[in-house]
Order: sequence, then structure tokens, then C-alpha cells
Amino acid sequence: MSLPVRVGTLLVAFLAVVGGVIFVVIHFLLAGPPVVDYAAGVAPGQPVSIMLQEDPQNTVSNHPDWVSYFIKDPKTGAWVHTTLFQVPAGSRVNVTILGYDGCTPLRNPFWGMVTGTIGGVEDVNGSPVSVLNSWASCSVGHTFSIPGIGLNVPVASPTTLSANKNVCGLSPCTSGPHTTVTFSFNAPKSDGDYFWQCRVPCGLGYLDGFGGPMQTIGFMTGQMEVVS
Amino acid sequence: MAAETSAPATGAGEREPNHGMRIFIIWLVLALASDLLIWFVLGPHLPPGDLASAANGQQFDIKVMSAMAAPVMVFVLIQFIYSLIVWRHREGDEEDGPPIHGNTRVQVTWITLTTVIVLCLFGFGTYELVNGPGAGAGSGEGPSPIVNPPGAELTVAQQMAPYSASKPLVIQVIAQQWRFTYRYPQFGGFETTYLAVPQNQWVEFDVTSIDVIHDFWAYQLGVKADADPGVNNVAYTKPLQLGSITVRCDELCGLWHGAMYDYGSVMTQSAFQSWATASQAHFADVTKMLPPYATTYDPTEIKQLGTVLVKLGLTGAGGGYYPPNDPSQP
Repeated sequence: MSLPVRVGTLLVAFLAVVGGVIFVVIHFLLAGPPVVDYAAGVAPGQPVSIMLQEDPQNTVSNHPDWVSYFIKDPKTGAWVHTTLFQVPAGSRVNVTILGYDGCTPLRNPFWGMVTGTIGGVEDVNGSPVSVLNSWASCSVGHTFSIPGIGLNVPVASPTTLSANKNVCGLSPCTSGPHTTVTFSFNAPKSDGDYFWQCRVPCGLGYLDGFGGPMQTIGFMTGQMEVVS
Repeated sequence: MAAETSAPATGAGEREPNHGMRIFIIWLVLALASDLLIWFVLGPHLPPGDLASAANGQQFDIKVMSAMAAPVMVFVLIQFIYSLIVWRHREGDEEDGPPIHGNTRVQVTWITLTTVIVLCLFGFGTYELVNGPGAGAGSGEGPSPIVNPPGAELTVAQQMAPYSASKPLVIQVIAQQWRFTYRYPQFGGFETTYLAVPQNQWVEFDVTSIDVIHDFWAYQLGVKADADPGVNNVAYTKPLQLGSITVRCDELCGLWHGAMYDYGSVMTQSAFQSWATASQAHFADVTKMLPPYATTYDPTEIKQLGTVLVKLGLTGAGGGYYPPNDPSQP
């Protein structure tokens, strides 16, 4: 093999490896869901209102059978398929979650207790609730839990058989049986990232429901970024 | 070393010093100094501290092992440094070094000494493992511990008996992605996210998991026990001092494993009883919803749900657990 051919082969092989590394970095390591910014234009300490919905599936990703949260962009009003959001430090965060998914019992009913909210309650369709017993009735779809600040809110689900059989089939959901859950909590006063998660084993197709969307940012877990 | 000590004189009329004696004296002084430093200066700061009996035992073991290892390390370093200084190549010296032959006495002495040290450590470690509950290990002993403190409670009925300061406090550690919760069966079985333990009383941790494998590591208490679904892993410790506790998961358990930590504290007996009584009342509503206390919980089955779900007509994802293999949606 002549020298130019050997050099050319080496060069092609080198470029292939470099290209592969760049692809992996960009496609897998740097790619991620967008961050919905609720802190823009809001002074630290001022209240913000954020809105989420949890869907029984999503039709906007390559995992259509995974349950998923969506977050409403305050600027455009559009639902964004992400679980990352920013809030101002020290602010009162007013949260509304639209629970479009049917009920699934909590693995540990302890998480049926509301903790970390202002007043220690959530409002389910306008009625204050401090505990939801997902083992006694069809009542909980998922949870919204931020362990770092002691926040745990069981998100109520539609309760009847017909509602559970006719859950919304197109994401983000705009119609169909759902509950409206509202609550407030105080964001930490200093900057930081706080992960949040669902505690219902809702990973369809994974061992005992503990994988898939439960372990994937953009679906049933994410981060609250506190910024000042 | 014998070859080195019997090296010929380096110059006419010069007597070769007794290198062996020099090295021995230097070693004796430095070994003694290092052992004293390890025992009295470094020792009290060695991990995991002395907040509890298991931690104290581990710190003592590390001190003993360090004190035994230090003279060996010092000897090797002295030999190395002494050789570099005394037998270094000197300007103008073009002679070959003296021929080196094996020295049976040195070899036997070295092998014997190091063997004795290792066997002593083996014996010491074994003794420490069985010298009282959690003495040297602080790790889980499985569902049937070999070494138990007086009054240990291993059956559900025993663990649910009313609290008594003269018996071990039973705390069930329930691991789940990504949080530990703690259940106190002697106080009505309430569950909380805060770990509180009383001073000067044996604590029995019954460690289990309701999803994947975790590891309960209460660092300052010297307790580290795997949390496996379907398994009750028992570990003991006796808090000796008041202080705070950091609990971490030490088994890679998923996306937020690194954030799976929490805090607790060692309280006085009276403060603990007040805290436990208040917590029992605070969590009364949610305690009623908890499953009956058991040493383990099956992640795939909740018998209490059957009636509700059958009545509602729900199966699979809409109201039930996903079975391990490819469940179907209703």
C-alpha cells in the first residue's frame, strides 16, 4: 500500500472517530429538554404562577406510551414537553397541575400526605385536601415531589371508571376528564437546582413500573432551578 | 541488607559504620513517633467518628490497623531514603558495587514478622466482628443476626410491642427511589422522613426496600446496610453522643441516586420520646393509610387494593401495578 493511500486511510479513520465522538456528545450528552423560564422579568421574592399537566401518554416524543409532564410557557402560553423550569429565589410559587392521567396507587401510601406546601394542603378541584388515600379509592394519578425542600403533593386523578377509561389520547391534553390541583410553596432563598419526581411507579413496561419515564428528565422527573 | 552491612570499606583506614543499627534506631524513633501521632492526634479524627458504638468500633479498628501498618511503612521508607543517601553514586567512583547475595536470616525474619502481623490483624478483625452487636462492622447482618444486643426484637410482634427504654429502639428503614423513610413500629408504626434516635440506647435498624437495591449508610452512626426489596437486613448501633446524622444511599440506584440523602439527629431520651409522641400524632392520618407493619413489603403486590380495584373494574396501568413483564393498558 502506497504512502498516500495509507495516510488517506488513517485520515478517514481519524475523522470517523472524531465525528462519532462529536455525534455522541451533541446527540446524547448536550441534548435535553428546554427550560421554561418563570423567573424572567420577575424580581426575587415576587410570586410566580406555574402550570403543569400530566398526561397518560405523549404523542410528541419517540416514547408515545410513556406518561409525561408538560409545562406551560408563560410567554407563549404553549405547552412545552419538558420538566425543567426556573423560578426566582425566595418567591412564592403558585402551582396548578392538570391531572389528565387515570389513577394508579402509590407504592408507599405515605406519599399520599401533602407536605411542604403553604398551609400543608393542596386544593383538588377547589377543595382543600391534606391526604389522599390511593389504596382506599381511585384518587391519585401521580405526585409532584421536590425532596430537597420537603415538598410532596399527590396529584389527584379522575375517580370514576368511565373517566379512567376515556383519558385524553393526544398530548398535550386540552380536553378530557381531569382534575385541577393547586397549591403554593416558597422557593428557597438561594440559588440552586432541586430535582423533582413522581412517586407513583408509572413506568409502563419496566420492572414494577420503576424505570422509563420515572428515570428520564422530560417525562416524570426534572429540575426546578432557583435563580436570583 | 546483610550484603549492604557487610560492604567493604569505602576508603583505606575507614571503618564501615553499622548501617543495620543506624537504620534500626532511626526506625524505632520514627515508628514510635508515628504511632503516637496516629493514636493520639490523628486517631480521634479518623472516620466515621465516635458518635455511636458502631462508629466508635470502626474508628478503633482503623486506629489499630494504622498503628500496626505505620512501622512497616516507616521501615520501607527509611530503608529507601537511607539507601539513596548513603549508598548513592559518588563523583569519581567508577567501581562496581559489591556482589549481593540472599540472606536467609533476613528473609526468614521479614516473612515471619509480616506473617505474624497479618495473622494478628486477621484475629483482631475477626474478634472485632463478633465482639458485640455492630462492634466492628456496623453493617447489616441479614434477617437472622448472629450477634444481638440484649432484648433484640426480630419478629413483627416483638417489634410492635410498646416502646421501652430498656429494649432496643426498632426503626424500619424503607428505601425507595430516591428517599429513605423511617417507620417506628413501637410508636404506632408512624412513618417519617426524619431519622431520630435516642442517646445511650441500642437501636435496631430493619433495612428494606420497596423498589430497587439501595444501601442505607448512616455515616456518623457507623451503620451501612444494603436495602434489598423483599429482604430484612438488621443492623445495630448504640448512639453515645448527641449530634447530627447524615444518611446517604451508597448503592447506585437510578437517576437521582446522588441526591438520595437526608439528615437526622441523636437526641436525649426525653427529647426523643417527646419527638416520637408528637410525630405519632402529626402523622396519625397518614399512618392509618399505611400497610400493616411487616419486616418487608412486596413491590409487586398490594393485597389491600383488590377490593377497591375490582369494584371499580380497573386493571393494569389504570389503577393497578405494572407487572414486571410488558403490562397492558386498560
